[in-house]
Amino acid sequence: MIEVYRRPMQGTQPEYRFPPYGSTAKRAPTRPLVMLPHTLSETTGPVFGHDSVKASEFDLTAGHADLPLGKRIVVSGRVLDDGGKPVRHTLVEIWQANSAGRYRHPNDGPHSPLDPNFTGCGRAMTDAEGRYRFISIEPGAYPWRNHYNAWRPKHIHFSLWGEAFTQRLVTQMYFPGDPLLPFDPIFNCVTDTKARDRLVSSLDWETTIPESAIGYRFDIVLRGRHATPVDR
Amino acid sequence: MSLQQSTSQTFGPYFHIGLKPIAVRLPAGAKPVVITGRVLDGDGKPVSDAAIETWQADLAGAYPVQPADGSCPATSTLAGLGRAPTDAEGRFRIDTYLPGRVAAPGGAHSAILQAPHILVAIGMRGLLKHLVTRIYFPGEASNADDPVLKLVPADRRDTLIARAEGGELHWDVVLQGAGETVFFDC
Repeated sequence: MIEVYRRPMQGTQPEYRFPPYGSTAKRAPTRPLVMLPHTLSETTGPVFGHDSVKASEFDLTAGHADLPLGKRIVVSGRVLDDGGKPVRHTLVEIWQANSAGRYRHPNDGPHSPLDPNFTGCGRAMTDAEGRYRFISIEPGAYPWRNHYNAWRPKHIHFSLWGEAFTQRLVTQMYFPGDPLLPFDPIFNCVTDTKARDRLVSSLDWETTIPESAIGYRFDIVLRGRHATPVDR
Repeated sequence: MSLQQSTSQTFGPYFHIGLKPIAVRLPAGAKPVVITGRVLDGDGKPVSDAAIETWQADLAGAYPVQPADGSCPATSTLAGLGRAPTDAEGRFRIDTYLPGRVAAPGGAHSAILQAPHILVAIGMRGLLKHLVTRIYFPGEASNADDPVLKLVPADRRDTLIARAEGGELHWDVVLQGAGETVFFDC
């Protein structure tokens, strides 16, 4: 008898094929998916220990000769499952563009400059209450070729493992009030406005560091375990 | 209490900044296996910006268990976890091992065992959520009775079974069209 994970809730997850996001046209599967029962392969995952991250990796503004350009931010929140249970001691990995909207990546550019003091990669573990915290700079918006005058709203990529392969989630955090949000097909890949709103962080005075960094709160909800065992 | 699950978003083309390659750790006594392949899009063109993430059991068909008391161990047990990006030609390479057989759906103590397999997640620009698939091993008698392979239409099962080629295994990911890889709703 094993515990299975709840299937994605109605309206929370995008379809693979989504014409407004042009790159899905040649990459989305065209054949029906096969329903996979949850076996131990799906309900287990790596166990992350204290050695998973270095203590300095939560701070994306550190480790260079000088501070990066841009508005300093604190990004923090909780990782919970859909039953409200904290996802404890799990790895959170983030990556983002610099304040000019440029990724430190060979395939990006030259629309805006690199910042010698910013790499854009951070890692942290959640604590016993599912809390995580990063210090970074606000990423810039940047142009892309999806449609005429396409600009991606400011965002930070998040990767989470949870406790099981079925909980794996890669998502993006957006910033409140960004005027580009209504025009972005990736943000608008689901029609449920509550689901979209969950991707937008909120200004958080509690975590703001006076005269240093403005706080944004971003909570993440992973799939939880089903209460009913499936043994038959 | 029920919270709405967070929405998946694409890995995008620059995931390499945050998601570094992870080498699979071979358990003592494991038989090394090299799996190479390509990721191809609907035009048959190589996908040069995909991440292939793999998860597999140990030699006994067991997986690591999260600490029951919710504590954080000093050292990680990544076990059969791997991550490999594709290159400019859409190629990837997984240096891994033949895992043991895992209990079948319906229970950890089920008498039925699955054939050896690797669970795979694939993320890339153009996928709003990652794809889930499996790699099975060629020449395994247990493939014929595998309860998951049996759920797959017979004429598509071979998309999940790697081919032996010159001492290595070859497994392509075909995103669309003829020979489209079977992907799972997990």
